[in-house]
Amino acid sequence: MNLVHAALSPLVGALVLAVLWLAIAAASLVPAGNAAFARRFAFPLGALAGVGLAALGLQAVWLPAQTLTLPLGLPDLPFHLRTDPLAGFFLMLLGSVSAGISVYAAGYFRAEPSGRLALISLQYHVFLASMAFVLLADDAYLFMVAWETMALSSYFLVITDHKQPTIRSAGFLYLLIAHLGAIAILLCFGVLHSGRGDYSFDALRAVQLQPAWATVAFLLAFFGFGAKAGMLPLHAWLPEAHPAAPSPVSALMSGIMIKTAIYGMVRLIFDLIGGMSGNVRWEWGMVVLVVGAATTLFGVLYALMQHDLKRLLAYHSVENIGIILLGLGMAMVFIGFGHPAAGALGLIAGLYHTLNHAVFKGLLFLGAGSILHSTGLRNLNDMGGLIHGMPKTAFYFLIGALAISALPPLNGFVSEWLTFQTALQATILQNGIVRSVVPLFAATLALAGALTAMCFVKVYGIAFLGKPREPAHRSPLPHAGDAGDMERYGMAWLAAGCFVLGLFPSSFLLILNHVCISLTRHGLSDQALSGSGWLWLVPTAPEQASYSPIIFLVMIVAVTLLAFLLVRRFYHGRVRFADPWDCGYPEQTSRMQDTADAFGQPIRHVFGPLYRMDRRLPGPGEAQPKYFLKIEDRHWYWLYLPVARAAEFISSKVALLQQGRISIYLLYSFITLIALLVFVR
Amino acid sequence: MSHVPAVAFQILQSVFVVLAAPLLVGWVNQCRAWLQNRSAPSILLPYWTLAKLFHKDVVIARGASPLFRATPYILFGCMWLAAGIVPVLATGLPFAPAADIIALVGVFALARVFSALAAMDIGTSFGGLGARREMLIGFLAEPAMLMTLFTAAFISGSTQLTTIVDTLGHRQFALHPSLAFAAVAFLMVLLAENARIPIDNPTTHLELTMVHEAMILEYSARHLALIEWAVAIKLFAYMTIGIALFVPWGIAEGGDWHALPLAVGALVAKLALAGAGLALIETLLAKLRLFLAPEFLSTAFLLGVLGMLTHFLVRG
Repeated sequence: MNLVHAALSPLVGALVLAVLWLAIAAASLVPAGNAAFARRFAFPLGALAGVGLAALGLQAVWLPAQTLTLPLGLPDLPFHLRTDPLAGFFLMLLGSVSAGISVYAAGYFRAEPSGRLALISLQYHVFLASMAFVLLADDAYLFMVAWETMALSSYFLVITDHKQPTIRSAGFLYLLIAHLGAIAILLCFGVLHSGRGDYSFDALRAVQLQPAWATVAFLLAFFGFGAKAGMLPLHAWLPEAHPAAPSPVSALMSGIMIKTAIYGMVRLIFDLIGGMSGNVRWEWGMVVLVVGAATTLFGVLYALMQHDLKRLLAYHSVENIGIILLGLGMAMVFIGFGHPAAGALGLIAGLYHTLNHAVFKGLLFLGAGSILHSTGLRNLNDMGGLIHGMPKTAFYFLIGALAISALPPLNGFVSEWLTFQTALQATILQNGIVRSVVPLFAATLALAGALTAMCFVKVYGIAFLGKPREPAHRSPLPHAGDAGDMERYGMAWLAAGCFVLGLFPSSFLLILNHVCISLTRHGLSDQALSGSGWLWLVPTAPEQASYSPIIFLVMIVAVTLLAFLLVRRFYHGRVRFADPWDCGYPEQTSRMQDTADAFGQPIRHVFGPLYRMDRRLPGPGEAQPKYFLKIEDRHWYWLYLPVARAAEFISSKVALLQQGRISIYLLYSFITLIALLVFVR
Repeated sequence: MSHVPAVAFQILQSVFVVLAAPLLVGWVNQCRAWLQNRSAPSILLPYWTLAKLFHKDVVIARGASPLFRATPYILFGCMWLAAGIVPVLATGLPFAPAADIIALVGVFALARVFSALAAMDIGTSFGGLGARREMLIGFLAEPAMLMTLFTAAFISGSTQLTTIVDTLGHRQFALHPSLAFAAVAFLMVLLAENARIPIDNPTTHLELTMVHEAMILEYSARHLALIEWAVAIKLFAYMTIGIALFVPWGIAEGGDWHALPLAVGALVAKLALAGAGLALIETLLAKLRLFLAPEFLSTAFLLGVLGMLTHFLVRG
């Protein structure tokens, strides 16, 4: 009886499914040379496991924490596993989003050669399983093992096309920054451990740190996980690695993997360091807010300058991580000042945006993958008119684009709305300066939201609308077919997620409220909870703010339909087709349409100093005019290159020690021994 | 307050706004003609224009996608929805809690995104040009609008437009310096968002200087009529948002039929003044160069932010 009960528990179930992913990974290698196995069996089964994991995660949110100790790992260091509402929420995210991506992958990799597909399937499922173990881990040891497995498996996925040198260097950059982050996390665990007890999270939670050491731990955790999340200024790997990877892998990395960093941040800051948030300080929140605001603006401004679709989406991931950080930062400020209800709202807004971003960014990367698959193009400037050849992909991509632009009634709007509502609570803060600074972050968010809309008008208008920019014989676009069935099912799943998360926000608000209570002991105010039904979303009190996406949707559909029917009823429906208005100049070609670079030009003009720009305009007399523009990330020049040069300088000096002769090394040992004898005694 | 009269009020108000919106455009045009020493067209001219357009045959450019044909209806629907949320005649509207000020800005953003996408659909150079310029104006106007609304939200402690109007309308007459900043910012946003001088010229016939007009170059007949009507409703909605925020006196409670005549009278008087003021601004100012538009709007944005900070400073 107990055994049956245990088997049904979310923890055991999640463990079984994670091991199932590992088994699929191992099985991918066995029937070597059989790509059909991966396509027909491995990826669909992985998707099913994802759905199961999502269901178990949802169950875990409502149950008290469960723990399990596995006799694996090192002697005296068994693996501790645990599910609690926070882990449950992230397992739900991992399971549901990965299900869509796995279904898509089954279709996407159809033309892949067998040997390579077996390897991709192996790494892909190891990657999924390692993310599940990151979420399930309840001690620092297992956490770091899973974290590193995740980094390595995703590294190998990034360099799938390792024959191209740019992809190898992108992978190296990713691995480097991932490890810088991992070192910071490891040090953070060390500070938390402070030489006592063991490394289980329970023990770490019980340690009372000095305020100064707690701040050190916070900074290590924030920047360590920030490196994985793509936070400024550690974001440089993201726009390199995401475009390099195959599209389903980009979707996994951008949709889910960077969210595990958010999980780690919340787990450490609110739970382990914060000690049920009793020790969370508002100054930490200000750090998070400032970094989050910078990340948000930087991400979207650089996204606007990109013409490579996947790079553009990667910069938007940077931006959305910033938005999530804004929510978390506000939560920390409010909790630090002793306003747990407003803090809970900020935490909920941040976590809601985490889930939303996973869904719509996954969808957008899959859409970009379908374009790449059927046209071979990633450069927006070569696209145009795809809506005619790929109407279904165009439809799903439109949903993703509207969702990320935070337009009601889709999901992106809900979490940004909640973040705004959190900022509007600033009046209750005691500190006058903080009180007037917090709304400025709402202004940042408003600016970023409008810029995102501009960016996705650019993407959609240039890729899907208009006409192909190259003549028919030079462009693959006229022959582009729509995405295959499996690809479409994957996108449809995530597009449906955009609607569900957008239309039923109060159900997710209740889930997140429960997560929040388990994490900080406090949730939203009673007024908010009694005011929120399935129809209404009420973050604080009904008279303060409310939003009902369903009524909103019904109203907008009703009035639009009414307008349509009235026009149909009272007027004739005669339509003629003609050539577009050419302004009296008949020599127009489709090359005269706006390009991606041109669309971003006004922004380049307004925000000029933020970019490092290399531009060459053709002279008036040139016979073959050529326009050249290169926009580079300023961070390369003030941060990365100096650090790289310093590292090379130091290692060249250290290399002097290496003489290659055994007598020299013996001399080193001898000097060390003498020194130890003198100083240590 | 029972629900039936409130719903009746809601429907009445929405229909009223949709029907009255072209009249406001006619009034503004009339005032402008007077100010410019021209003989004015009839105030009803916008209605005749709409009727004429509805009766014409639609000409659609070859290669248009379904998005192009759906957009006029979506625009009209968005603006109609906005007209239902803004407390024009009465507060306490039953649908108003479904969308607060942030969602209202979201509706306008939705309309903007669709009109920009439709402009890029045909693949002409002017369409893309207009879409790019419209989004350039929008990316600053939208946050400026939000900041203005947030100032009012901080004063009244609510983001519900009807609650804000209730609070501001029934307060003791008190000077809110923050609202003064917000009012200037709002005026600038209103001019920009409704494609008015100094940002855009609604009467221009020169394609190279167009913003809004460049986006709708390809539309004709009933599609164009719906867009023109939606533009009129948008102007009406913006003006009534301004009235509701800064001079809300005289507005009726939802369901209070006795207050309705007064509310209508007050609204007509205020709109007549606002329309004349808009015509005056458009007569006095010249259109700005396109790259001065971001400066104009960032001023509006900063004024909005300043208004918000002033609120905290004065209170704090």
